Amino acid sequence: MCALCGVLLEEHWAEGEGGRRGRTLRVALLNRVLGHFGLRLDDWSGRTYVLRDRKGRSTVVANLGALWVEAERLAGVPLDPLDPGLVRALG
Amino acid sequence: MPSAEKTPVALLTGFLGSGKTTLLSRLLAHPDMGETAVIVNELGEVAIDHHLLRRVDERTVLLKNGCVCCSLRGDLADELRDLLGRRDRGEVPPFARVVVETTGLADPAPILYTLLSEPVVKHHFRLERVIATVDAVNGLPEPESVRQAAAADTLVVTKTDLEQAADVRPTLEQLNPTADVLQACFGDVEPSVLFATRGTDLRSVPAFETRAHSDVSACQLVVDEQLDWGAFGIWLTMLLQSRGSDILRVKGLLNVGGDGPVLVNGVQHVVHPPEHLDAWPDDDRRSRIVFIGRGIEPEALQRSLAAFNRAASSPPTPRR
Repeated sequence: MCALCGVLLEEHWAEGEGGRRGRTLRVALLNRVLGHFGLRLDDWSGRTYVLRDRKGRSTVVANLGALWVEAERLAGVPLDPLDPGLVRALG
Repeated sequence: MPSAEKTPVALLTGFLGSGKTTLLSRLLAHPDMGETAVIVNELGEVAIDHHLLRRVDERTVLLKNGCVCCSLRGDLADELRDLLGRRDRGEVPPFARVVVETTGLADPAPILYTLLSEPVVKHHFRLERVIATVDAVNGLPEPESVRQAAAADTLVVTKTDLEQAADVRPTLEQLNPTADVLQACFGDVEPSVLFATRGTDLRSVPAFETRAHSDVSACQLVVDEQLDWGAFGIWLTMLLQSRGSDILRVKGLLNVGGDGPVLVNGVQHVVHPPEHLDAWPDDDRRSRIVFIGRGIEPEALQRSLAAFNRAASSPPTPRR
């Protein structure tokens, strides 16, 4: 696990703002990104997330950093935010 | 513990023979540096009998599935915890600052990771700044020295008195436009200058202009629209996961609404907690983000960030 995931941090640097509403909006945007790679994310009690793929596999992730590590593992491909297809899909 | 009450830690790095120890020795001889604890790798090199000089054996703990930059420096964490305990018990004189001198080949990122993530250390210490020495004769000879210079908040050019010395300042300013560049012959620099609190403005880097230093370049993104913080966090974490090994540094002032900007500062994968500033350094309210790394494509970064930002404020288009 890398520091990006903030595994030893109490709160990931990118998740400290916005409270519950911020978390809901974050999950909505994450699903637009992850959906491009065939993945879906659900909030779990406002504390962790459950990441699923279309084959029914799922995994629990603690925060945004851990999410990308697991998302790449489930998707089986690198998840690149510069991917032109993703950029087009986001509009 | 509030950040202001934490003991500041300055990280002194620089390539082999670039003058770190000379700089440190001169600094410790200065009356203003009396209440300073020092952690070094080589005890014999610092030519001063300093009462708070500690030596560590570099011991890096690679976390499970970890990348090198995010590994924990167990030696440093142990030493900082021990210093803290001894200070609290009155076994060592009080100290107001810690200076950590790295080895010449050290990657600064694991040290930053340790300061930001080890539970006891991060509760009692805060990173003050990263200072990197660069000698004017050899410049940045190896990839390690480039990583050190990219991570720096202050670059100190040494050995400028030597006949073979070159003007390395333009190269350093191109490589790391976020850093202050100072000059110090024989380590002669005033602590008040070296540790001065600098402004939060980022030195201007022409938009989209990449500056090559070997295979490493810097660029600055300028974003006119207000950024959605959630979208930015998603974008940057994804980017660092995807291309983190190529990104040596990211530093930005973000307009996410409110009176002042949010300061974002990261070295490789290690991102500091974002800092909300009270005011902008000037009248320009656009977000500015500097990236230093290999193979950076500023246009692609800008397009991608804009798409993430738009997506945060617009519903998805229904699929037909």
